[in-house]
Amino acid sequence: MDFTSLHLSLSNILPEISVSLFLLIIVSYDLIFSEDKKLIPYIALLGLVVTGYFVVANMGLTASAFAVTSVNSGGMVAIDPFSSYFKLVIIIASIIVVFFSMSSKEIKDIYKRSGEYYALMYGMLLGMLLMVSAIDLILIYLAVELLSLASYVLAGFTKLRDRNSEASLKYIIYGSAASGMMLFGISILYGLTGVTNLYEISTALQTTQINLYTLSFSVILIFVGLGFKISAVPFHFWTPDVYEGSPLPITAYLSVASKAAALALLVRFVRTTFVGSVDSNGFWVLFSLFDWQTLLIVISLFTMTLGNLTALWQKNLKRLFAYSSIAHAGYLLLGLVVLSDTGIFAMMMYLLAYLIMNLGAFYVVMLISDRSGSESIDDINGIGFTTPLLAVPLTIFLVSLAGIPPTFGFIAKLNLFIAVIDANLMSVLIIALLNVVISVYYYSRILKHMYFHKVDESTLTIKVSKIDTTIVLVLAILIIYFGIFSTSIYEFVKNSVKFF
Amino acid sequence: MQGFPLLTLLIFIPIVGMIVVLLLPKNADNNVRYTTLGVTALQLVLAAVMMLNFDYSAGGIFEASSFQFIEKVRWIEIQNVAFLGTVKIDYFLGVDGLSAPLILLSTIVFFIATLSAWTIKKSPKGFFAMYLLLNAATMGVFVSLDFFLFFVFWEVMLLPMYFLIGIWGGPRKEYAAIKFFIYTMLGGIFMLITMIGLYFSATELLADGTRAYTFNLLALMDQSNYLADGILSASNPENWRMLAYIGLFAAFAVKIPMFPFHTWLPDAHVEAPTPISVVLAGVLLKLGTYGILRISFPIFPDITRELMWYIGLFGVINIVYGALAAMAQKDFKKLIAYSSISHMGYVLLGMASLSSTGLNGAIFQMFNHGTITAMLFLIVGVIYDRAHTRGLNDFGGLANQMPVYTGFVTVAFFAAIGLPGLSGWVSEALVFVGAFGVESIRTLTIIGMLGILLGAGYMLWTLQRVYLGELPDKWKNLKDLDKRELAMLVPLAIITVVLGIFPSIVLDIMTTSVNSLVEFLATTLN
Repeated sequence: MDFTSLHLSLSNILPEISVSLFLLIIVSYDLIFSEDKKLIPYIALLGLVVTGYFVVANMGLTASAFAVTSVNSGGMVAIDPFSSYFKLVIIIASIIVVFFSMSSKEIKDIYKRSGEYYALMYGMLLGMLLMVSAIDLILIYLAVELLSLASYVLAGFTKLRDRNSEASLKYIIYGSAASGMMLFGISILYGLTGVTNLYEISTALQTTQINLYTLSFSVILIFVGLGFKISAVPFHFWTPDVYEGSPLPITAYLSVASKAAALALLVRFVRTTFVGSVDSNGFWVLFSLFDWQTLLIVISLFTMTLGNLTALWQKNLKRLFAYSSIAHAGYLLLGLVVLSDTGIFAMMMYLLAYLIMNLGAFYVVMLISDRSGSESIDDINGIGFTTPLLAVPLTIFLVSLAGIPPTFGFIAKLNLFIAVIDANLMSVLIIALLNVVISVYYYSRILKHMYFHKVDESTLTIKVSKIDTTIVLVLAILIIYFGIFSTSIYEFVKNSVKFF
Repeated sequence: MQGFPLLTLLIFIPIVGMIVVLLLPKNADNNVRYTTLGVTALQLVLAAVMMLNFDYSAGGIFEASSFQFIEKVRWIEIQNVAFLGTVKIDYFLGVDGLSAPLILLSTIVFFIATLSAWTIKKSPKGFFAMYLLLNAATMGVFVSLDFFLFFVFWEVMLLPMYFLIGIWGGPRKEYAAIKFFIYTMLGGIFMLITMIGLYFSATELLADGTRAYTFNLLALMDQSNYLADGILSASNPENWRMLAYIGLFAAFAVKIPMFPFHTWLPDAHVEAPTPISVVLAGVLLKLGTYGILRISFPIFPDITRELMWYIGLFGVINIVYGALAAMAQKDFKKLIAYSSISHMGYVLLGMASLSSTGLNGAIFQMFNHGTITAMLFLIVGVIYDRAHTRGLNDFGGLANQMPVYTGFVTVAFFAAIGLPGLSGWVSEALVFVGAFGVESIRTLTIIGMLGILLGAGYMLWTLQRVYLGELPDKWKNLKDLDKRELAMLVPLAIITVVLGIFPSIVLDIMTTSVNSLVEFLATTLN
């Protein structure tokens, strides 16, 4: 085999290398200093910052790694603005989640095991970073499994409540079924084309005669694996239970970062494998083997409608946000539905907005439930008057989730809808918009609990530490700031819609 | 006045006020009140300065050059966005004869409502912060000339209203707040669809010679800017203009509120605290009709002409239905709420005439309805503050107990009925004259005139039930108006009387613009 260009490949995957190194550092620190774990979160933060630096340094780069001419000319890993963007999003989410974990009561209770906790988080991170840039079926599967295994453990990590174990077990059962199907799909696809690199598969699909039914079967199986991670209907059943049972930082992490990684992988899979060319308006010309659009429209609309309708009845805040995150997965898929670069642009923008507002909302919910010990919606009754420092940011996050101006959430939704109109999918647009109206109802219900209830003895007054206040306020201010001055975000996302 | 950002100040002074209010310490309730009063007084001064420098001969409507106090700054501009080309949104403000009277009205009503809110006890800080945010958003809607900006301000109004009704409202406040929220949100969604549709149908010539999709309302009114195959281009044989028009109209109709979208109004009014009722009836309802005149009419003149009969029909339904419903009410505030629906029907009828007289009447009616209904809600507030009930049948003979108060009641009631010599009469007369002159809606107009009769019926009946007759013993200790209440009612009463005698004070502001709007509607796409 030809390894002459290995050093070039290594310099292209510096972020992944950095994550692996810090993973090792955390594990060894945990072994050496078995009593004092105070520094571990800070090491984790440092690692994220270093990784983030490497990602930013690679931002404009377009290259591939581990291309071996004789075996695999396309390479294993693609480094392009698209993947760098998603890596950055995932790292930002991870940084916020580390802060989450540092102030979460659930995680403080397992102080002794925090080494494992952060090591596993890094495992998830490594899986996700590989997922967003993998262009080889084998690496895709490995990355997805790495992410999954680490997150199964983390979902049940605290072991303090029965629900923890329940969440973990449910996640494993659903997850292994889904990844089993995905692996089956991958093997069929390999059988059909004889190659594992996505670009080579694309060429093979265009040049050779392939049975459409077999191909569709394998593609749908692969989609099951990814749909599971995105929590798209009908692969969403695990979501509410796992979100409710997991420690809150992990719930937040799953709802944002792992969703982002799976979406990126899905986009890359469709874009690389099935798109023949991109026309002058940015629309993708699929060589018509498999009808992606119909499949995605159905999945996306069902996802958002079911998520929103079920969220209406929830009394548990975590469950409510779990269903709301299912609905948002539907909106995110809308960006892929249109099969155009405009759509991907809108989706990437939406993801950034979703990251800030959803993590912000979860952060506030965590601070409240740490104090009250449960996550019932009645816990927040009247806190608008006793704890405005949490209630006002939460209001901003909710307004943004509902897509009301002047917030980042509105700008993001607007771009999605612009993409959908641009593709002339009027009926899809109308269903999506009706969904927005439905979602307003349950978001406003949270507002109602916060502000419309009388303040009495049962009303919580929550003391918030300075650092928590700062994080929440910064997130809330970002939401408003990007809602009014979105030019910089437009520029940034626009430059990131470039594929290898 | 060149270079002085008058309109920006009008919008952002309340925002600054809101921040100040939020930063004030918790127990400084009086400082909060005086800050708000100062802010609204400052706005009143700004509006006066605006009127003093207003050019009565400038038309505005569709012509950028004849708008006044223009401020235009590029808000968002990005080149080469994923094949959409240049995305640009302007911070584009301006005033013409259509918006100027309404800005004047809003500043007056907001100032008076601040006085009325003096008695709010529950968390005044939160109340006034929300109140100022609402104020800023309302001003923003009236001066925006970019659809995107307009929409942002339009939606920003939603949240403060939700809180103002939901936190400071009456017993069923939560229901009312949610209902208001969902209705308006649904309307907003229709507006959003139309907005994006228009965005993709027209381009605007930029300074550097290239063309880009646009949200600029004035560019959207110019038919030459439309693409041949845009989904909302008149030149495209398969266009969606009719549907978009109806959607947009529905968005505005929720705010007016037009039958059958009116059901949130009585709930919201009954549950809202008096100052919010005053602002709601005095200013916010006008946003609906203002939006139709500012956006629907000039952007879709062809559909407007096609549907004018239906607009008139809904106007007449509003007039008659509102009046009949008002008659059936036992709650004073609900009665005023339904009468308000009825009076907004006149505005719709006047607009449907598409004639200069009718439109002048409609806009003048918007102004008068603002002052008169504000007065009526203040009147209800006065009695509710004292007696803690609003049942029409619980009272009687208040005229002897509270003579000054009853004097103002009489002015307000007769103005609402349309007694000659008071402002309501002038605008109603103009509406009916204008509408009667148009052949196609003549029958509707005749039916609509029934509203005057019904209006006189419920108003006089109320006067009789509450203020005349024998005074029940339990109300023997009610006090007459205090100074604060006089300060609220006297200016409104003066406006009502003066405009009844000299209506041209307000009519002159709008005439040029109305004429150019009428001409534009008659000639464009014909």
